Amino acid sequence: MSKLVVANLRVEIQAGARLLKPVDGVSFEIGTNECVALLGESGCGKSLTALALMRLLPDGGRVAAGSVHLADENLFAFTEAQMGEVRGGRLAMIFQEPQSSLNPVMTVAEQIDEALAAHRGLSGLAAAEEAVRLLEAVGLGREKLDAYPFQLSGGQRQRALIAMMLAGDPEVLIADEPTTALDVTVQAKILKLLKELRQQRGMGLLLITHDLDVVSDMADRVAVMYAGQIVEWASRAALYSTPLHPYTQKLFAVLPRLDRRGERLDSLPGRVPGPDSVFIGCRFADRCPAVFERCRVETPAFHEATAGHWSRCHLAEADQTLSSTVRNAHRITQIGADGAPYAVSLSPVLEVRDLAVHFPIRKGLLKRTVGHVKAVDGVSFQVAAGETLALVGESGCGKTTLARAILRLIEPTAGQVSLLGEPLANLRGEALRRKRAEMQIVFQDPFSSLNPRMKVGEILAEGMAALSLLPVSARPARILDLLNQVGLPEDAVGRYPHEFSGGQRQRIAIARALAVEPKLLILDEPTSALDVSVQAQILNLLADLQKKHGLAYLFITHNLSVVSYLAHRVAVMRGGKIVESGMAETLLTRPQTPYTQLLLDSAPGKKALLPVE
Amino acid sequence: MTIKPVLLWSDALILLLLATVAVLVWLARKNDTFRAPWRQIMRSRMGAVTALILSVYVGIGLLDSLHYVERLPGEPGQAAQYSGEVLSALDALLTPLRVKVEKTYSAPLATHLYAKETITGPDGVEYRDFPPLKYPGTHLFGTDKVGQDVLYLSLKSIRTGLLIGSLTTLIMLPFALTLGIAAGYFGGRIDDAIQYLYTTLNSIPGVLLIAAAVLVVQVQIETHADLFETAAARSDVRLLALCAILGVTGWTGLARLLRAEALKLRELEFVQAARAFGVTDARILLRHLLPNVMHLVLITVVIDFSGLVLAEAVLSYVGVGVDPGMISFGNMINGARLELAREPVVWWQLAAAFVFMFVLVLAANLFADQVRDALDPKSRGRA
Repeated sequence: MSKLVVANLRVEIQAGARLLKPVDGVSFEIGTNECVALLGESGCGKSLTALALMRLLPDGGRVAAGSVHLADENLFAFTEAQMGEVRGGRLAMIFQEPQSSLNPVMTVAEQIDEALAAHRGLSGLAAAEEAVRLLEAVGLGREKLDAYPFQLSGGQRQRALIAMMLAGDPEVLIADEPTTALDVTVQAKILKLLKELRQQRGMGLLLITHDLDVVSDMADRVAVMYAGQIVEWASRAALYSTPLHPYTQKLFAVLPRLDRRGERLDSLPGRVPGPDSVFIGCRFADRCPAVFERCRVETPAFHEATAGHWSRCHLAEADQTLSSTVRNAHRITQIGADGAPYAVSLSPVLEVRDLAVHFPIRKGLLKRTVGHVKAVDGVSFQVAAGETLALVGESGCGKTTLARAILRLIEPTAGQVSLLGEPLANLRGEALRRKRAEMQIVFQDPFSSLNPRMKVGEILAEGMAALSLLPVSARPARILDLLNQVGLPEDAVGRYPHEFSGGQRQRIAIARALAVEPKLLILDEPTSALDVSVQAQILNLLADLQKKHGLAYLFITHNLSVVSYLAHRVAVMRGGKIVESGMAETLLTRPQTPYTQLLLDSAPGKKALLPVE
Repeated sequence: MTIKPVLLWSDALILLLLATVAVLVWLARKNDTFRAPWRQIMRSRMGAVTALILSVYVGIGLLDSLHYVERLPGEPGQAAQYSGEVLSALDALLTPLRVKVEKTYSAPLATHLYAKETITGPDGVEYRDFPPLKYPGTHLFGTDKVGQDVLYLSLKSIRTGLLIGSLTTLIMLPFALTLGIAAGYFGGRIDDAIQYLYTTLNSIPGVLLIAAAVLVVQVQIETHADLFETAAARSDVRLLALCAILGVTGWTGLARLLRAEALKLRELEFVQAARAFGVTDARILLRHLLPNVMHLVLITVVIDFSGLVLAEAVLSYVGVGVDPGMISFGNMINGARLELAREPVVWWQLAAAFVFMFVLVLAANLFADQVRDALDPKSRGRA
């Protein structure tokens, strides 16, 4: 029996004079004790679908058509008061950001009690007992009842939020990117918790995510969304063994993985069309590798190719296996000699010895130093030209502080950083500024890393001007050359950063760093804010640039699949120290320390690491 | 009639300001990035209308800043004698309004005085009645206690209001910008020092500080009375002193706002990236921080400007504002205050001051909104 049935859901948003259709005919169902994953890249309409189910659409948004039945009752026929009882009661939702989903001035107990009073009519002692039971169900101790959200870690907050949502004993729980903001080890625990809770309570789980690996761990059935529509609907096993829609196939093909090392990642050109687009024919036609004439004129129907496996593609209509055609047509091209060992030059570009950054803790009126936070505590490593060293660690392990200390954006407390054999510590003024040309950084967030008030041309010229590397007259040509190298059009010079997408902005940031011809590039989570298809483009670009310029990369990340694809060597950081380092293949397959083992085990989608074919 | 131009200190400052703006516009006239947003403002209906209103105000203020004294009629061959009354180009234009003086209050467009008087009839019998006005039906906003036309007073008040608003803002801005952004960006001891400074300034009641400073200036003016040829010069210096005091004490709010914003911005990655290039601190402040706080500055400046025009009224009421002899909105309101208790009420002075201030403040606010939208690259072209 199906608990939640969504049929032909359409959401419209009136934005000024334009009518946006972010969700355009979405249908799926969730059975008892079933996990359905809604998978898609940003902007495909998956979060709005969830909000429409809860009838919590933002202002200006409305459900234009369709129905949602929860245990055979039409949610859209309810009055707002009736819906208030369903929300957080029979249908509950947890959000991505546990920090902002909890009220910071209420204790955990107060917030759970609120839900208990609203949906179960419990108060006083009964509510207190139930709250303890719920907390224990999500793996938090009774002592956390009186804690305020700021006293909890990110994972504990997400648990508290889940406990709150369980208070109404939901039939279906909607989880919107529940672990995206969390570290891998915490993510693994929360996902395990959700799985257990689903089985214990027999509730349906709608998991909204962009992460194929999380889906492979969690879902029973998967709906792949693209441009407001579900393009493929299948059981997990069927989807992962024989993806039918070209978009799904591309999503698998762009994933960086250990077995794709040295290969060029398949990439998905273009971007998801906006919700105001007018479509003729197939919505994916412009980016589809298997596109043919019919796709441009005729909108494909939702075909059931095999029992229970639906695909919105003309090719799924007849009994054709598209999979091999597409994959063969876009066979991965190799970079250089396959598996050739990279050349390790004898003199390292960057040498870090016993580097430490301690932040003093100051207290009292006179700000006496009462202790130190050892953000980086004695770290040593080397990076050679043409080599990528991945620095892996969870949030708070000191990897970003380390990057800033190397760049001398923060003064190191102790230790030595040498660039091309020259120690940086004693450099002052002009000498330091000249040295800065040899090392540059690319940041995580492409939105805050570009000054919104400067044009792209000015942004790229800034480094050249500051380090006066080129005569002013030669700069415009150099800027065009840089834009070419990172694959941006030349007219980008006169435009502002906000006119570009996330991936394009990251290209601008890379071009800015390259402008001063550095020998070392520090990449601080350069792809973690991007969609997987864009991530593949950026990783390819980075690989090309490294080959062309012999750049040394210090690649800081928490994403192990990117590491396994890109890095030559890996250093695992924890608590300001490097706990293990070694060649990527060795370290990722035969880790020596328990912490590395834990990181590897926590990474979702171990099953997906097997080749798809 | 011969006249001699008089250059008051505030006139000189206004002309200097005007010249600076003119030179800047001249230099930037070919620059398209500079012209595009202004063209966008002028093309929007709201922008054009508010700009027109503001330029009318500024025009009146400028006309009122061209001062002169008239030569008194004297014997030929005698050394020229000049009147002690300083007039302006605006006065000359408004002569009909200026000289049509009644005896006392009269309501807008009234034909008779507001108060009954004992009148001796043509037959010699005394009776009490409303005497007819000398210029019936010509006073659009009525007349004040000494019979001056209220419209004339309102127009003359514009210069005082604009001067206090703009001059004080100009004095305040450098303090607020440099200290606020520097405190946020550099942090540490610089931040501590600046914070101590503005916390101290803030902990002294503003009115007390202003009152003390104004009284000191007043004493100075009186002991050096020989330095000032006319009463206008005296009240002018007092006005400038008031602006300076308001400016020096008024930067703390904006500075605190800018400090907080700079604290946030300096951690943003584009600032870190600039530091990684070895871009100098001064350049980071100028290129990366300043443009990204300009929206805050613009909004705050306009609110402050409006607040200052209004604050002048309050300060004049307390007796530490502009010279009581100077025509200003504050003095108009102050004069109207006592008469509000009369029956029937004398409302027109207050109403005129209110209308003129309201239009000025509203136009300034709406215009600033347009400017902010036009200068923000994200919202450009959205309209």
